[in-house]
Amino acid sequence: MDGLGVSFDLTVAWALLLAFAVYVYVVLDGFDLGIGILYPFFRSKEDRDLMMNSVAPVWDGNETWLVLGGGGLFAAFPLAYAIILPALYPPIIAMLLALIFRGVAFEFRWKAASPFQEWFWDGAFIGGSTVAALAQGITLGALLQGIDVDGRSYGGGWWDWLTPFSLLCGVSVVLGYAFMGATWLNMKLLGDIQHKVRRMARVFGIATVACIVLVSLWTPFLEQEYFARWFGFPEALVVAPVPLLVALIAWQLWVRIDNPGNDWVPFVLTMALFLLCFVGLGISMWPHVIPPAVTIYDAASPAKSQLFMFVGAIVLVPIILAYSGYAYWVFRGKLKPGEGYH
Amino acid sequence: MDTFMGLDAVVLARIQFGFTVAFHFIFPAFTIGLASFLMVLNGWYLWSKDQAYLNLFNYWVKIFAITFAMGVVSGIVMSYQFGTNWSVFSDRTGPVLGPLMAYEVLTAFFLEAGFLGIMLFGRDKVGNGLHMVATVMVAVGTAISATWILSVNSWMHTPAGFGVNEAGQFVPEDWWQVIFNPSFPYRLVHTLTAAYLTTAFIVGGVGAWNLLRGRRENKSVRKMFSMAMWMAAIVAPLQIVFGHEQGLNTYEYQPTKVLAMEGHFESYDDGIPLILFGIPDQEAGEMKFELAIPKIGGPILGKGWNASMEGLDTVPEAEQPPVGIVFWSFRIMVGIGFLMMGLGFWSLLSRFRGRLYDDRWLQRAALVMGPSGLVAVIAGWITTEVGRQPYVVYGEMLTSEAASPLGASAVGASLIAFIVIYFAVFGAGVGYLIKLMSREPERVEPDDEPGPLRAAGIVPGTQMPPSGRAQPAE
Repeated sequence: MDGLGVSFDLTVAWALLLAFAVYVYVVLDGFDLGIGILYPFFRSKEDRDLMMNSVAPVWDGNETWLVLGGGGLFAAFPLAYAIILPALYPPIIAMLLALIFRGVAFEFRWKAASPFQEWFWDGAFIGGSTVAALAQGITLGALLQGIDVDGRSYGGGWWDWLTPFSLLCGVSVVLGYAFMGATWLNMKLLGDIQHKVRRMARVFGIATVACIVLVSLWTPFLEQEYFARWFGFPEALVVAPVPLLVALIAWQLWVRIDNPGNDWVPFVLTMALFLLCFVGLGISMWPHVIPPAVTIYDAASPAKSQLFMFVGAIVLVPIILAYSGYAYWVFRGKLKPGEGYH
Repeated sequence: MDTFMGLDAVVLARIQFGFTVAFHFIFPAFTIGLASFLMVLNGWYLWSKDQAYLNLFNYWVKIFAITFAMGVVSGIVMSYQFGTNWSVFSDRTGPVLGPLMAYEVLTAFFLEAGFLGIMLFGRDKVGNGLHMVATVMVAVGTAISATWILSVNSWMHTPAGFGVNEAGQFVPEDWWQVIFNPSFPYRLVHTLTAAYLTTAFIVGGVGAWNLLRGRRENKSVRKMFSMAMWMAAIVAPLQIVFGHEQGLNTYEYQPTKVLAMEGHFESYDDGIPLILFGIPDQEAGEMKFELAIPKIGGPILGKGWNASMEGLDTVPEAEQPPVGIVFWSFRIMVGIGFLMMGLGFWSLLSRFRGRLYDDRWLQRAALVMGPSGLVAVIAGWITTEVGRQPYVVYGEMLTSEAASPLGASAVGASLIAFIVIYFAVFGAGVGYLIKLMSREPERVEPDDEPGPLRAAGIVPGTQMPPSGRAQPAE
């Protein structure tokens, strides 16, 4: 293989690795942000304590995947990092600030010295989780609808990110995370509260699937290239399994949500649903990292940079998955009321 | 759109980065040392079975959890701020610095975060052995994290092992040289030691507070104060040596910074004075009200008594850092360093007289100096970072060309949001921390209870409500 061949492979490998990191982030932080989004529907302190405790030992690791997404983009595709972040400045800053509120709420909530403080940190958890999810969705939508590039910088205006489409994506992610949070809680909790989260899972599940349909129907009309991918012939035949699988999983979720003894099934199905959304996104965007102008090859850092990191990543990512998995294993099983970590 | 409250976008972005990074670093400066302290406490407990160490572990681990959470959320901001406010810097340095940061995430952040849950909540579930492993992993993770980010930062001061491609990007040529760039070992040692000292003084301050409140009978209180004072006595003098070594390294690679630190506007041809104090006037190019010791500046910089040196008067004004800030922040850091060493020696004196736990004035001084490490750390970072100006990558890239093409109003608005939210949220967090630190660690035995209770073999630790967080597993 010549030098060009090596760099070609590496760039694709890095694109896949980053996509993997972002997917893991979306799934993991998705359910724990979802718990914050579901908080307003649970009024009692006991319920809220339980919900928070179900993710307290793992939220920190979940959020690290977001840092890997940002850091990996900086390292493997620095040009994309340098264009996307200024272009999406307001939603990114909003997300970072929101994550501060909900992150500290995990600790501060237990230290609250007055009802006002408790109310405040509950609010920080709810608001932070919701705004972070909304901002992530808007970011996704704004990226998908295309970013103006001028030379090696962002070339658009300050409000380009704000469109009906990006807002729809924002709302979709909020609802999707809430759905994932509900199926997580269904897996972790027992009794009355479990029945309640199951009902909520149904509602948010319907809303999520409706959003997926809407976003999927809208996306091909954003760019001609997207349209050709999804509705052209013979491309449509190749991509057709994606929507079909979405339909299959949606149906399975509806049937299996009330399935005592197998409470992990709906959660796993939700993860699969998100995976399909991700695959769909990849089909639309590939090989662009910033539609419509910048491909992964345009933005790639030199082969020497990508190779240096890749050697480490290929060894370390499996190790990380192993010990992160172990941390989940340690805190597995149903959480009993009153059994708090705090 | 060009300015916001009279400041342009680059200045606002610099203020924003300085503010968010200084606020952020307060937390890791404390948690790097605290993680190691917890590792020692837990290890000592497992080895000696002395409940006093377990109680200390349980006391400090709660403080660790809150501080760590604040470090994480303020750190996520940093990992995105390069792109939001410094996109040109990101584009150009990404091929060199990006991989180092990616390695920081892969080797450190995941390790810390992955084992933190087990360290905080898992003793009952995994047993003492694996819990100890988790505690070690968290401590190791914090040190690895510091290593990578110090390598990145040092490269910005003493760039090495790179070339420039046609797009204007810095590209790696020799990774070994990039990572182990000339200032990296010095800065790493100095920074890690600073973190350990910072923690030691906070622990010492809390110990002193407890002693002053008459909790001398609590073994955990005595232990923490004693351990902290040992650190002060041994590590503070070492840190002065490490700092001096870093200074010499800086003089070799960034002489202008040292000239600003020392306030040398003039050139000398017959001995270099050591300027103790003065008011730098950069516009006039002179030190006003100068108080200096003649000649000894030469030997300090590794030169002779009658050495000559070119001062800032030989450096074009456009290449000088802001002297006043560098000069003063350096003095704050050094002053605190010597005070720390002084407290350490004082504690040795009291210790050998057998009065360590009774010397009220020592304890008052230790209490006042509790947060001094944080001040010194921030002052030190201001010295080195402001001293690098006007460059962002020393000698290679100007700060003014590194910023994102953002309007001043966008950067200004986000700056105000950061300031308001950081003070509100982290202010509340520091309040909770102080509240936790003002409490007494759980007592091993209810010493001040009347005899019969103790004779009945009461379970240790029933005096305070059980924490529920980290009971021994067996």
